[in-house]
Amino acid sequence: MNTPRKAVALISGGLDSMLAAKVILDQGVHVEGINFFTGFCVEGHTHAIRNQDRKKPKRNNALWVAEQLGIKLHIVDVIEQYKDVVINPKHGYGANLNPCLDCKGFMVRKANEWVNAHGFDFIITGEVIGQRPMSQRRDTMPVIAQESGAEDRLLRPLCAKLLPETLPEREAWVDRDALYDFNGRSRKPQIALAKQFGIEDYAQPAGGCCFLTDEKYSDKLRDLWATQGEKRYEIDDIMLLKVGRHLRPRPNFKLIIGRDSGENNYLKGYRHRFTYMYGTSHNGPLVLIEGQTSDSDLELAARITARFGQGRDADNVHIDVVEQTGSPRHFEVTPLTSNEMQEAWYI
Amino acid sequence: MSHHMLDATNLLCPMPVIRTQDRVAELEPGDILEVHCTDPGALHDIPAWCRVNGHHVVDTQQADNKIIVTLRVGS
Ligand code: SF4
Repeated sequence: MNTPRKAVALISGGLDSMLAAKVILDQGVHVEGINFFTGFCVEGHTHAIRNQDRKKPKRNNALWVAEQLGIKLHIVDVIEQYKDVVINPKHGYGANLNPCLDCKGFMVRKANEWVNAHGFDFIITGEVIGQRPMSQRRDTMPVIAQESGAEDRLLRPLCAKLLPETLPEREAWVDRDALYDFNGRSRKPQIALAKQFGIEDYAQPAGGCCFLTDEKYSDKLRDLWATQGEKRYEIDDIMLLKVGRHLRPRPNFKLIIGRDSGENNYLKGYRHRFTYMYGTSHNGPLVLIEGQTSDSDLELAARITARFGQGRDADNVHIDVVEQTGSPRHFEVTPLTSNEMQEAWYI
Repeated sequence: MSHHMLDATNLLCPMPVIRTQDRVAELEPGDILEVHCTDPGALHDIPAWCRVNGHHVVDTQQADNKIIVTLRVGS
C-alpha cells in the first residue's frame, strides 16, 4: 500500500460503530468519523435538562469514541433534511416511529456525499446482519448500499465476510480475511472483540440510537401530528417532546408540565411562545399550554397545575396565568384529586 | 491572528459544538474563538471536540448560567 486509503466511519457513539472503525484503523487505513445530528438523538440535551441527569458525568459518546480511537470527528447538523425521512419513510416505520431503514440509507447517502466532497475512498458502518429487525437484515443491507448511492464503497467490517466483496476489499485497500462474520442478535462477538481491543467503557444504548424507538416519545409525536392535522415538525417541537409530562385533558389543548427545576428552567425558555402558568401560593411546576383555550379550559389546566405542586392537598392554590396577549390573570383553584385525574390524559 | 466571538447561548448540545465546528472551519490557524454558551454540556463537549480535531482550549469560564470556552484554532 502506498499512500494510505481514506475511509469515513459513521460513529453513533455505540460499541458497534466504534469496533468497525477500529478494525479498519488497525489495517493502516486513515479513518475519520462522521456523526449526524437529527434532533432525535438520545445524545446530549436531556442530560443537561433534568436534575437527576446532571449528577451523571456528561459526555458526548460520539466524541468520546473518536477520542478513544484517536480519529477526527465531524458532527453534521441534518435536522432539516432529516424531516423527510421521519415524515415520509419509503420503507415505513419500525415498532415505533423509527424509520430505521430509510434513516440508515439517508445517513450513508450523506456520508457518501461527504466522501465525494473530501476525496475519501470509502465508508464504514458498524452494521451487523440480523442485529436489528428492520434495518440490519441480510436483505436490507443491499437496499442501503443502493439507495444511498454508496454501492460497493460501503464496507461493514463486522459482517463483511458474509456479504459480497466490496471495492476496498477487491482493491486490497483492506484485508477481507481480517474482517468479521458477526451475525444475529447476540452481542457476545462484539463484547469479545471489544475486550480484545482493550475497550471497556463503552455506551450501550438500550433500544436504539434515537428517541424515535421510544414508545412514549412516539406517542407524543403522533399526538403532535394528529392535532396539527398533518405530519410536520420544527426542531423546538421535537425538543419539547423530550421534556416534562405531556397531558391532553381536552382535545383542544395540551399541558407540558416540568418535572423538576431543571425542566422548569428549560421550559422557561419557551414562555414567549405559549400561555403558561405557575403556582404563587405553593411551589410547583412551570406549565406550558399548547392550543386555544377558553376560560373553563384554563381553569381545568390551573387545577391540574395545582395537583402537581406542593399544594396538591391544600383547599386553595393560587395560580398565575400569562397568556400571549393581555395582562396576567390570577386563579384560585382547588387541586384536582387523584380520582379526578384521568389516565387517558397522559400522552 | 484574530479574535472572534460565537454566540451559542440557548442552544442545547450538540448544537454549540456544531456551531463551533462550522465557525472554526472559516478561521485561520492561530485565530482565537470565544464561544458563549448556556448548556453546561458544552464545558465537556467543546474541549473534547478540540482534543479530537487538533485545536487548543485556552480558557474555560463558568459564572451563573453562562459558560465561555476560548479556543485557539490548530493547524
Ligand atoms: S434508531 Fe433512530 S437513528 Fe438509529 S437507525 Fe433507527 S431511526 Fe435511525
